[in-house]
Amino acid sequence: MLDVIGAGSVEDLFAHLPEAVRLKRPLDLPPGISEYEIVEYFRERAAENANGYACFLGAGAYYHFRPVMVDTVVSRGEFLTSYTPYQAEISQGTLTTIFEFQTMICQLTGMDVANASMYDGSTAMAEAAMMAVRTTGRGRVLVARSVHPEYRAVLGTYSENQGMPVEEFGYVTEAGTIDLEDLDRKMDDLTAAVIVQSPNFFGIVDQVGRAAEIAHRRGALLIVVFTEAVSLGLLQPPAGADIVAGELQSFAISPSYGGPYAGVIATRDKYVRQIPGRLVGQTVDTRGNRAFCLTLATREQHIRREKATSNICTNQALLALMASVFMTVYGKQGLRELAEQNLAKAHYLSGRLRPRFCGKFFNEFVVKAESKTPDQINKALLKKKIIGGLPLGRFYPELADSMLLCATEMSRRADMDAVAEAFQ
Amino acid sequence: MTPRVQPHISLHEPLLFERSSPGKVAYQLPELDVPAVDSSEALGAENVRAEIEGFPEVSEVEAIRHYTRLSTWNYAIDYGMYPLGSCTMKYNPRVNEVVARLDGLAWAHPYQPEALSQGSMEIMARLEAALAEITGMDAVTLQPAAGAQGELTAILMMRALLAKRGNPRKKILIPDSAHGTNPASAAIAGYAVENIKSSETGVLDVSALERIVNEDVAALMVTNPNTLGVFEENILRAADILHAKGALLYMDGANMNALMGIARPGDFGVDALHLNLHKTFSTPHGGGGPGAGPVAVKKALEPFLPLPRLKRSGKKWAYDYKRKYSVGRVRAFYGSSGVLVRALAYILANGGPGLRKVSTDAVLNANYLRKRLEPFYDLPYTSHSMHEVVFSDERQAKQGVHTGDIAKRLIDYGFHPYTVSFPLIVHGALMIEPTETETKHELDRFTDAMISIAKEVETDPQMVKNAPYGTRTSRVDEVAAARKPVLRWKPG
Amino acid sequence: MYPQNFRYTKEHEWVRVDGDVGTMGITDHAQQELGDIVFVDLPKVGTRVAQGASAGSVESVKAVSDIYAPVSGEVTEINPILADAPEKLNADPHGEAWLFKIRLSVPAEVAKLLSADEYQKYIEAEK
Repeated sequence: MLDVIGAGSVEDLFAHLPEAVRLKRPLDLPPGISEYEIVEYFRERAAENANGYACFLGAGAYYHFRPVMVDTVVSRGEFLTSYTPYQAEISQGTLTTIFEFQTMICQLTGMDVANASMYDGSTAMAEAAMMAVRTTGRGRVLVARSVHPEYRAVLGTYSENQGMPVEEFGYVTEAGTIDLEDLDRKMDDLTAAVIVQSPNFFGIVDQVGRAAEIAHRRGALLIVVFTEAVSLGLLQPPAGADIVAGELQSFAISPSYGGPYAGVIATRDKYVRQIPGRLVGQTVDTRGNRAFCLTLATREQHIRREKATSNICTNQALLALMASVFMTVYGKQGLRELAEQNLAKAHYLSGRLRPRFCGKFFNEFVVKAESKTPDQINKALLKKKIIGGLPLGRFYPELADSMLLCATEMSRRADMDAVAEAFQ
Repeated sequence: MTPRVQPHISLHEPLLFERSSPGKVAYQLPELDVPAVDSSEALGAENVRAEIEGFPEVSEVEAIRHYTRLSTWNYAIDYGMYPLGSCTMKYNPRVNEVVARLDGLAWAHPYQPEALSQGSMEIMARLEAALAEITGMDAVTLQPAAGAQGELTAILMMRALLAKRGNPRKKILIPDSAHGTNPASAAIAGYAVENIKSSETGVLDVSALERIVNEDVAALMVTNPNTLGVFEENILRAADILHAKGALLYMDGANMNALMGIARPGDFGVDALHLNLHKTFSTPHGGGGPGAGPVAVKKALEPFLPLPRLKRSGKKWAYDYKRKYSVGRVRAFYGSSGVLVRALAYILANGGPGLRKVSTDAVLNANYLRKRLEPFYDLPYTSHSMHEVVFSDERQAKQGVHTGDIAKRLIDYGFHPYTVSFPLIVHGALMIEPTETETKHELDRFTDAMISIAKEVETDPQMVKNAPYGTRTSRVDEVAAARKPVLRWKPG
Repeated sequence: MYPQNFRYTKEHEWVRVDGDVGTMGITDHAQQELGDIVFVDLPKVGTRVAQGASAGSVESVKAVSDIYAPVSGEVTEINPILADAPEKLNADPHGEAWLFKIRLSVPAEVAKLLSADEYQKYIEAEK
């Protein structure tokens, strides 16, 4: 090859680089190791994490069974090692699965159109806010305190540099739902969007319809966020939402210490040109056969550059595919039954404790620790190889005596009994 | 004459919703070990939904066949080369898939106690250190979920630093050859974008830069090697110009595959850069994601890194949330851990000497392709190529054939197209990057195909314009898809 | 080819003035450069536009082009057919597929625009 190129050695190919930029020593990294040693290294790391613990954490990342078929499908080289489907003729596999994904999200959320996924729920929410600002031409956003605290932090980071003031409104202390009076007071004609989460961070089914009324009366959009996708198997899709932004990790995306996950944005037809991220559309090929392709690309960064709806270039395709396979395996009947099991498990656990809020909840709820602190309770549970709920003090100082517990179809009765006992 | 019949699996596979039948299921759940609960009672009747209309109802066999058949309609790295410029479509090692799925890593909850997360934290710490060494920078954040998000994170940090120094400034300079995410990210960060034209040789025009850098300029975003595959020989000078006026130099690290062990951005004046783990570090593209876009910075920017940061607490790792200058969070939790695991596995597999060989092989392969294709395709910029090379369709355009057509014909030869019509500074661009994992055999097959097409353009241009012929779908009507968007299936 | 009673801009818009109302569109040259048009984004009725300022955009599959107002004034009417049939802009850019009408605020601006002959020469020189 060097002969063809006309170079004496490989080093000649770098000879043109300025001397001053050349690295004059080897990289300070150990030499490469074999496949077996690599697996061994990561096995050791995996052993240093929790193994074999029952876990009652939710709060934006959920433990659900992963149907075996999910990894079977996504491990196929055609899905795993393929590129973004810009060349439609040789990407109909990916494009078709994304079209099905977009459809299933619409069916679940009751919206007209969904994109091919965002990085995660937190950035989907931030992008939804930016979308509302673009669409309404207004600058201000109101977000409920009962929305996931880290999601609100991300919104703050994104909004700070765009002249998009973000203000919070509270929740009512008995029900754990949004404080409608506080929202109404803070609403004005400069507000582009009101953001609520349902089920909210406390696990409670929130007052989406009432929030919609308040928002729409003043010409603002309602953005509804979800973090627990399984809830959509049983709960009404958010009525009155203009934009839905959610996290699909529950659908066979491994908890994986926080990522990668897949978010999604779904909205009404009239806002389709403002939606960020990839979209797959149906069309025909020259022989008249149905085919799919990326479409409405003029919204995106590679064409619009600084005027794009977003800078996003990726869609979490492989993870969206995991979610699609999950939705296919469970299907119409299964997703409902799965949600019902979650409801049963969480209500069994809550029945043995006293939820702090009286609002209706799905598979998460808040409990106040009476005789001990949340940390003490969790410490005792760890001795039984149980990871307890999330002590809320780190996010809500007023709830420092409480923890957020989550029970899913994976939770076992004996472990839930142990959790209940730990609160005595 | 035998009538040609299509085997049924290659017939147009219906969508899941079209092959559904009421009552079919593919799932199984264990029996409840607790009493069932009445949904209306527990949630309030008004909150319980009716059935999910139109949702799939297929059996397991139907589901497996559906996805397997669909997969056969995709091209993939496992089949052959993707010569996509700046995408670095290298082989995705399967050991990465195994280690990412180890239970202790795959089932780790982000809020589980730190004492029970030491394995994941060690992985992140080790990866941060390795990336810092490879790039010659002082600190790394693994939080950004993708390259574009990395860009945004870095710009936010630069803004914070400049604001702390007294003036966040107003604009960011971006070469006309840059990837679209660069100006888009700058805009989201609240900066105006000013384009800077490349010189005649396709590199950064430092005299132009000198003229336009002033106290309104926050930074220059540069890709090095640039999107022509050419090393920015004046990068040190550019860094000096910027730093003299208190501005910063940002590098889009998409083309890092050309530099590992050869040159380090930290040594040529870069203040911040992002990396694409799904490019240089072999994590799979998965049809469009997930990727990850860590950001590496010099000391001055370290206080502004997203929180939390890892810190050593005795013999263990802990999270530091007390970072008062941090730009905050750019996403929930810590980062795309599953992707980070794969990238670290790749770095361990190659090691220092191996990573250097990755880059030298990548550059060797690209130069080989360039030499073999130069007699047939116009090369608008003749500077030394590193890991990729950009031709133009000027010769073929005389026959009315453009880069997009050549790309479609290449599909008939069994290859994925190269990057079409980018960078914008080359009219009718063919941007080609082989990566180091392509063998000479595959490279020769590719160049033979491209040479054959060049000849076809001379003798039968119309045939090339109507390619591809051998795919299950012929050219699709993108115009109709955009005029009347149909973005979901509907019954009836 | 280019109607004599229109005036033209260097950004490839045309305007036809009747009294104090100007009807504007993009030229045949522009629609050819863009290729198959998929979407037209027009300013709302009542919007005040300034000569040379961005007022909407035209999209093909792979590109977006800004529309620049050829004269200053207030948008009084937008062409209703383009929402459902953007392809008409390729077919008849000077006639049926006008974009919007402006009530002129500075009639003197019209004289500064190019005549049909000047525009013809301009696009030939561009090639």
